[in-house]
Amino acid sequence: MDCNEKKLLSLKATLIRKGIVTSVFNAQSGHPGGSLSAADILCFLYFKEMKIDPQNPKNPGRDRFVLSKGHAAPALYATLALRGYFPEIAPHSLRQKGSIFQGHPDMKNIPGVDMSTGSLGQGISAACGMALVGKEQGFRVYAMLGDGECDEGQVWEAAMFASHYRLDNLCAMVDLNGLQIDGSTKEVMNSEPLDEKFRAFGWNVIDVDAHDFDSIENGFNAAKSFKGAPSVLICRSIKGKGVSFMENQVNWHGSAPKFEQYEKAMSELDELYKTIEEA
Amino acid sequence: MAEKIATRDAYGKALAELGAVNKNIVVLDADLAEATKTLYFKKEFPDRFFDCGIAEQNMISVAAGIAAAGKIPFASSFAMFAAGRAFDQVRNSVGYPHLNVKICATHAGITVGEDGATHQCLEDLALMRSIPGMVVINPSDAVQARAAVFAAAEYVGPVYVRLGRLAVPVIYDKNTYKFTIGKGETHKSGCDLTLISTGMLLENTLLAAKALEELGINAGVIDMPSVKPLDADLVLSAAINTGAIVTVEEHNIIGGLGSAVCENVAESRPVPVIRVGVKDTFGKSGKAIELIDLFGLGVADIVNAAKQALALKA
Repeated sequence: MDCNEKKLLSLKATLIRKGIVTSVFNAQSGHPGGSLSAADILCFLYFKEMKIDPQNPKNPGRDRFVLSKGHAAPALYATLALRGYFPEIAPHSLRQKGSIFQGHPDMKNIPGVDMSTGSLGQGISAACGMALVGKEQGFRVYAMLGDGECDEGQVWEAAMFASHYRLDNLCAMVDLNGLQIDGSTKEVMNSEPLDEKFRAFGWNVIDVDAHDFDSIENGFNAAKSFKGAPSVLICRSIKGKGVSFMENQVNWHGSAPKFEQYEKAMSELDELYKTIEEA
Repeated sequence: MAEKIATRDAYGKALAELGAVNKNIVVLDADLAEATKTLYFKKEFPDRFFDCGIAEQNMISVAAGIAAAGKIPFASSFAMFAAGRAFDQVRNSVGYPHLNVKICATHAGITVGEDGATHQCLEDLALMRSIPGMVVINPSDAVQARAAVFAAAEYVGPVYVRLGRLAVPVIYDKNTYKFTIGKGETHKSGCDLTLISTGMLLENTLLAAKALEELGINAGVIDMPSVKPLDADLVLSAAINTGAIVTVEEHNIIGGLGSAVCENVAESRPVPVIRVGVKDTFGKSGKAIELIDLFGLGVADIVNAAKQALALKA
């Protein structure tokens, strides 16, 4: 990837992270850890990968994105805002009474949200349904799963379905940050090895560093050029990525920063933004 | 004797008819196409038929994705699995985003027969009725089932259609019958009480009204295929004009038509309501016809319920 392009994407990903921290802080509720781990992938999807038009969010021919791990809604909202679906400050009303920015994605009321999700395992199935139509109409479908979400049996029903119907226009991404609510995935319910499981279900499996745009780009390119089977990017990520005290800490799965923590997180992200800008 | 056709059979044939006129219709099944009768569609339009295997939860969410991409999916399985096993998927993938998915569930109620309690869904009306925005239709015969399937295809939004395994008498005239979501059918007006039935027990309800007539009791009969939205005007006029109601359904007395009617009259015109249905118990194996009597859904049971309702009448 061109170094200027990478720089621009890195700056945007940092703004997405600031949006996540701000909205969760304002709500004093939400899921910062798994939102921060997903930020770079979402940034690449919406600014480079998908054929979309924020001015025409319902265009039938558009590519679709389904956030199957719906609790990472703050990351999706911040990305859509930055991409121009609505004003950047709009999602700062996350989870508050009267806001369209529900705790989990609501396709009926939020421009750019292609599927309502929240009950884990369902989004990937809905993405399969969209991909069936997309095969006929020529659009691609992207769906992001959590590694904890892969405990759900429905994920594997969908995995079987996608490979049976050769949905090669479907690209799943597992945000593999190794943590779920009650602890590490290894302690709570070991879903690993996910690459071997998806391979056994007939998928094209691609290993990706979730915080390296070169690796992300290579992953999506490999997925797009693979025919005859769905692809999954196993995105090795850091939960809480970008905020030092949240990184790899399970207690930041679903808790909001207090004021001092919010200020520290924002100043770290501002610092990061400056460093990227000056590089 | 009237011709007997299962409502599931009428559904399958209606789907094949619809498929020819509406290219947007897509059909999903969960390894039960022979039983749900979606195979009629599969034979005609194999490119628009997707077997999901024995994975109903995935099937319902796949249907939601298809609807979100602009097609009209009909998803079928047995009621136990479509409404029961996949309840969370129906609620969150279909109901919450109000997607245009049609869930047509067969083998509802105890008339599944020999398979027994695990397959005899007596809770689906209660489950589906509790989801905001869900239309719930329980046809009483093959003519109504066909018309309901056409109406479901035309309506934009989620619809649950409850269908049976057993061949039941054809009651309506296919040349003249018109079905409207939210409307009941008055078969007979009465002055002493009103029998309101939904689904395949309409025949027993009509026979019960005749038996009551011989006892000098003039019972009205309403068929209520549209369990949600309920025909509230018709229920209210039954309450006002006859002062007592008996509901009849092949479903648990908790949560189905009986509950819907009770809720309705309690808030508009309180009158005694006696519910004929399966009395908060699981089903059992047996021949369908035997089970109707065993579980208190026979003509004599409806007559007794009518007497109870009359006794409570102020």
